[in-house]
Amino acid sequence: MSTATTERHDVVGHSNTPILELENVGKSYGNVHALRGVSLNVRQGEVTCVLGDNGAGKSTLIKIMSGLHDHTDGTMKLDGVARRFGSPRAAQASGIATVYQDLALAPLMSVWRNFFLGNELRKGPLRTLDIARMKRICEDELGKMGVVVPDLDRPVAGLSGGQRQCIAIARAIYFGARVIILDEPTAALGVKQSGVALRYIVKARDAGLGVIFITHNPHHAYLVGNHFIILKLGRVVLDAHRDDLTLEQLTTEMAGGQELAELSHELRGIDPGKVIEPGEVEHGHVEAPALSREELKAVEREDEEEPRA
Amino acid sequence: MTATATEPSRGLAARDDRVATRPLAARLLSRPEVGSLIAAIVIFLLFMAVAEPFRNVANVGTILYGASTIGIMAVPVALLMIGGEFDLSAGVAVTTSGLSASLLAWNFGLNVWVGILLALVVSVAIGAFNGWLLLKTGLPSFLVTLGTFFILQGVNLGVTRLLTGNVASADISDMDGFATAQKIFGSEVTLGPVNLKITVLYWVVLTVIAAYVLLRTQMGNWVFAVGGDAAAARAVGVPVRATKIGLFMAVGFCAWLSGMHLLFQFNTVQSGEGVGKEFIFIIAAVIGGCLLTGGYGSVVGASLGALIFGMTQLGINYAGWNPDWFRTFLGVMLLLATLVNMYVKRRADLR
Repeated sequence: MSTATTERHDVVGHSNTPILELENVGKSYGNVHALRGVSLNVRQGEVTCVLGDNGAGKSTLIKIMSGLHDHTDGTMKLDGVARRFGSPRAAQASGIATVYQDLALAPLMSVWRNFFLGNELRKGPLRTLDIARMKRICEDELGKMGVVVPDLDRPVAGLSGGQRQCIAIARAIYFGARVIILDEPTAALGVKQSGVALRYIVKARDAGLGVIFITHNPHHAYLVGNHFIILKLGRVVLDAHRDDLTLEQLTTEMAGGQELAELSHELRGIDPGKVIEPGEVEHGHVEAPALSREELKAVEREDEEEPRA
Repeated sequence: MTATATEPSRGLAARDDRVATRPLAARLLSRPEVGSLIAAIVIFLLFMAVAEPFRNVANVGTILYGASTIGIMAVPVALLMIGGEFDLSAGVAVTTSGLSASLLAWNFGLNVWVGILLALVVSVAIGAFNGWLLLKTGLPSFLVTLGTFFILQGVNLGVTRLLTGNVASADISDMDGFATAQKIFGSEVTLGPVNLKITVLYWVVLTVIAAYVLLRTQMGNWVFAVGGDAAAARAVGVPVRATKIGLFMAVGFCAWLSGMHLLFQFNTVQSGEGVGKEFIFIIAAVIGGCLLTGGYGSVVGASLGALIFGMTQLGINYAGWNPDWFRTFLGVMLLLATLVNMYVKRRADLR
C-alpha cells in the first residue's frame, strides 16, 4: 500500500477489487429521473471523488449508497454480491458510514449523544449507556480534529457550523468500518478547517477505507482524489483516473467545458470594471437579464433536488 | 461525575480560551425540569400559608393520590412528547381500558383477570394503531389522535349502552378474581397518619423507570433523537418507526394501568369519563419542561407537573376558595411555567 501513491498500476490497479460497485444504477421520483445509468466502482484505500453542479444527482447517489433511498434501476454490489440496503442501519452494518450534507445531528441533543447516536456504547447487565467512555472517546476524536468543545453536554444547536461539521465528520470516520461517504464536507468550512477535513479524508484512505468524497469544488477534489466522476443531469459525463487528468481539465469539465466558453462569450458585454452613479430604484424596476432558454432551464433545475424523505 | 475522568485528556488539545467552563449553577438551571420544580415549591408554600388543612400531614395521602392519577399518564405522555408526538386520545383511552376489562369479563362470565389481560391487549393495540396510522399516513399526530379520541369516545358510550343498556359498566365486585385484582390496582397502605393509595407507588416507580430509560439507555437516546430530528435520526441508523410506535404503546400500557385503577376503585366505569384529561396530561408534561416541538423535556418534570395539579386541586378546596376558578388557575400556571422554563433556559444557555 505504501508505494501505491506514486504509480497507479501496482496495488490499487490490480489486486484491489472494488468493495462497492454500481452498474447502471438509476433512481426515479415519479417522472423525475434524478439518476440514470450510473456506473462506478469504489475501492478501499482510494478516494473516489464525485463532482457535479446542483441538481446533478450527487445527493441521490449517496442516498442510495448510504441506504436512505432504494435505487429503481440497475444493481449495486457490495463485495460482489447484489445488495439493496433497506435502511441506513443496514448500510452501517455493512461498514458504510456517511457524513450527510445536512449533517444529521439532532439540534437539542448534546454533543456526545449525537456522536454516538445509533451506535451507543453500553455496559453492564442492564445495558446502560456507558456515558463516561462515550464522552472520553467523543472528546478524543474531536480533539484530533482540532475541535475543542468546552462542554460535551451542550446541545449541538449552540455550536458553530464548522464545529458541527467536524462532529459529523469525526463521527463517520470513527464508525465507518470500510467505506465512508462525505457529502460536501467542506462546503460550510473555512479554509483552515477545510484543510483539516481534507487531511482526514487522506487519513481515512491511508487506513484502508474506501472514501467517497462528494463536492462541487474541483480544487478540493484534486487535492485528495484518486478517481474522479462528474455527474451532470443524473448521468456520468466523466470517469477518469487521476493520471489521466489535470486540475485544469477537471475544472473545465466540471464547469461544463464548452458551456464555460459560451458563458464567457455571452458575458463579454457586461464590462466588469464599470462603476455606475449611485441611484435609487422603484420596486420591481431592475430589469431582468435576457436569459437564453438553456439558462432558464438551468435555473429551474436548481430546485429539482428531490424532497427529503 | 464524569468530568474528572475526561479532564486530563482534554488537556491534549489546545484549549480555546474564548469559552470558559460553565458554572455548576448554570448547568443545573439549564435542566428542563427547573421551571416545574420552582413552581411546585412556590405552590406548596402558597397553600401552606393560606390553607390550614394543607398543613395537616394526614392530607398528604389525598394530595399525592390526586397527583398520582395524573402522573401515571403524564409520564408516558411526556416521553411521547419528547419523541415529537401528541396523544389526544390518552384521556378516553383510560376509560376504554377500564370498560374493556369490565364489559368483557361481565359479558362472557370470565374471570376478572382474563378481562384485565384482554384490556391490556386492547390498550396497547390502540397505542400501536395510533403510531402505525401516524407513520403510514404521515399526518400530524394531533390529527390522527384527535380522530381516535372521537372514535373511542363514541365506542365507549355506544358499546356500553349496547351491552348493558346503561351508560356505565355493571358492578363486577362479586365476580371471580375481583378481590385479588383490587389488591393490585386499588389497595392502600397506612404509614403512620398517612393513607397511601397504591397508585402513588405505581406513579413513583413509573417515573423512576422512565427517567432511567430516557437518560441512561439507548432507547432513551433514540426517543430524544426521533423528537429532535426524525430524518437525522433515521440517517444515522435509529429505527424511527419502531421508536415512535413503541412510545404510543407505552401510553397505551399506562392507560391500561390507570383504567384498571379506575375500575377497581369504583367497581364500575362511567363510559363518558376521561374527556378533557388528555390536556391535563399534556399540560403536566409542558409544565415539566417538555417542548411541544419535541426533542427536549423530562419525565421528572412531568411528574412535578402532576404534583402541582394534585396540590392545586386540593389546595383550592382546603383554602376555601371557589373551585370554579381551578381551571383558570391551571391556565395561568401553564403560561407561567412555560415562560419561566423559557427564561431560565435562555439565561442558563448564555452563561
